Amino acid sequence: MSARADALGLPRRAGRARRRGRAAGPAIGGALATAYLSLVVLIPLAAVVAESTSGGAAAFWHAVTSPQAVAAMRFTVAVSLVVVALNVVTGTLIAWVLVRDEFPWKRLINALIDLPFALPTIVAGLVLLALYGPRGPAPFDIGFTRIAVGLALAFVTLPFVVRSVQPVLMELDREMEEAATSLGARPRTVFARIVLPNLVPAIAAGAGLAFARALGEFGSVVLISGNIPFKTEVASVFLFGQIESDNRAGAAAVSVVLLVLSFVLLLFVSWVATRGQRRAR
Amino acid sequence: MPASSRASRLTLRAAALGYLAALLAIPVAMVFYRTFEHGLGPAWEAVTTPAAQHAFWLTVTMVAIAVPLNTIFGVGMALALVRGRWRGKTLVSAIVDLPFAVSPVVVGLALILVYGNTGWIGTWLASNGIRVIFSTPGMVLATVFVSLPFVVREVVPVLREIGVEQEDAARTLGASAAQTFWRITLPAIRWGVAYGVILTTARALGEFGAVAVVSGKIEGQTETMTLFVEQRFQAFDLTGAYAASVVLALLALAVIGTMTLLDRRKEN
Repeated sequence: MSARADALGLPRRAGRARRRGRAAGPAIGGALATAYLSLVVLIPLAAVVAESTSGGAAAFWHAVTSPQAVAAMRFTVAVSLVVVALNVVTGTLIAWVLVRDEFPWKRLINALIDLPFALPTIVAGLVLLALYGPRGPAPFDIGFTRIAVGLALAFVTLPFVVRSVQPVLMELDREMEEAATSLGARPRTVFARIVLPNLVPAIAAGAGLAFARALGEFGSVVLISGNIPFKTEVASVFLFGQIESDNRAGAAAVSVVLLVLSFVLLLFVSWVATRGQRRAR
Repeated sequence: MPASSRASRLTLRAAALGYLAALLAIPVAMVFYRTFEHGLGPAWEAVTTPAAQHAFWLTVTMVAIAVPLNTIFGVGMALALVRGRWRGKTLVSAIVDLPFAVSPVVVGLALILVYGNTGWIGTWLASNGIRVIFSTPGMVLATVFVSLPFVVREVVPVLREIGVEQEDAARTLGASAAQTFWRITLPAIRWGVAYGVILTTARALGEFGAVAVVSGKIEGQTETMTLFVEQRFQAFDLTGAYAASVVLALLALAVIGTMTLLDRRKEN
């Protein structure tokens, strides 16, 4: 299960770390690997930061405060927050049902949780459009609305909270719950007072990563949202348009805002993880 | 068990499974139904057009280059991070995770800025007749970028867990560094590497945004499977879009199946 959590970038839970320093061999490998990392990741990202300030601070400010950029970023943050809130509830619920409940086909359904990770995002968008779009058999048509964007984001972020909460729930000591029940606590009280407090770090970590993912999501949104500026246009789609129309400096400026936001979220997740581990000890 | 608790358990189960059905299972099943509602023929025709075949093989090429590169890098980086002792390790470890946090569109932009015709390295490359952006090398770079962290993330915890005793023993008995790696370390981490390779493959197969930005979407030239799906959809060829999606969905299901098998392997 923890390996599956890794697929989403969820922090590993406290394991027995056995370490000892070793000789120079790995250091050379490390230097090579760092060079590769620089060419693929680091230099390109540095170029984005450099490009964003190429026209000076005023140009940067002008780009990130243009009405269309502000509208796209505002909508992206708002819809991501809603989707994350939804994920917190449904993700915890699904994890609970998968760990504590027994029913036929459970293994299969458990494996299915990873589908949004394995399925290409463009297919995810198409799939939702086929059912809930204009020509779909569903009784309602949400194609090209803000709800459609939320639905697409809910699809791609589904595994995060589930895979984060599941292993914690599995390891949770059930004696405390049994003790509470035998002392007369109702199931709801047991959940709220005993189970939930133990799950909070895992829920927060999953929610943080889901939020970071939602902020940058592109493929699943591009078909279903219709990309209407000031309405259903998310930040990444706005960026795509800016790059296509060759406004690289403007695109870079908005990219930097997005990068900073997701980086802060990642820091938050690793902070929650280390705090959770310290409390576990 | 009291009746009320049984009822609430069933309610929770129904809510969870209902949500999964509405969001995941039914939409995916719908695309399969739409693809095959007029039989196998039209679907087969749609995925065997020259453009579709080209897109398929281009995707295979991307995977064939990006996955081995990231696997070698991943194992090397994991060894350096766990066994090595050098400055800046924590920082490098954080940078490895960066691709998880970057929007695919930003990845594309970043690569254009460096490897495009007027980019930092691209200017020099262009004067030597090497085209990266709007061509296969740029798409490979984009694929490598987005699928970079997986092998590292899978191998690091395994390396920590197995410890260094066996490696030390081999070394004391006179094994060279290469022998120790091939005979001791690699067999011990093989399931971690395998899992990492599967995840890398899944991500490489499905990448859309980053590749869309750097490819220029030239039909029949720089169009991967995912770009083909979008292009067919925009051209109102739903049969083509659905059929190609089904191919990708089947690959995704194969990935999940392999993950489940590996999970069981690791448990034993």
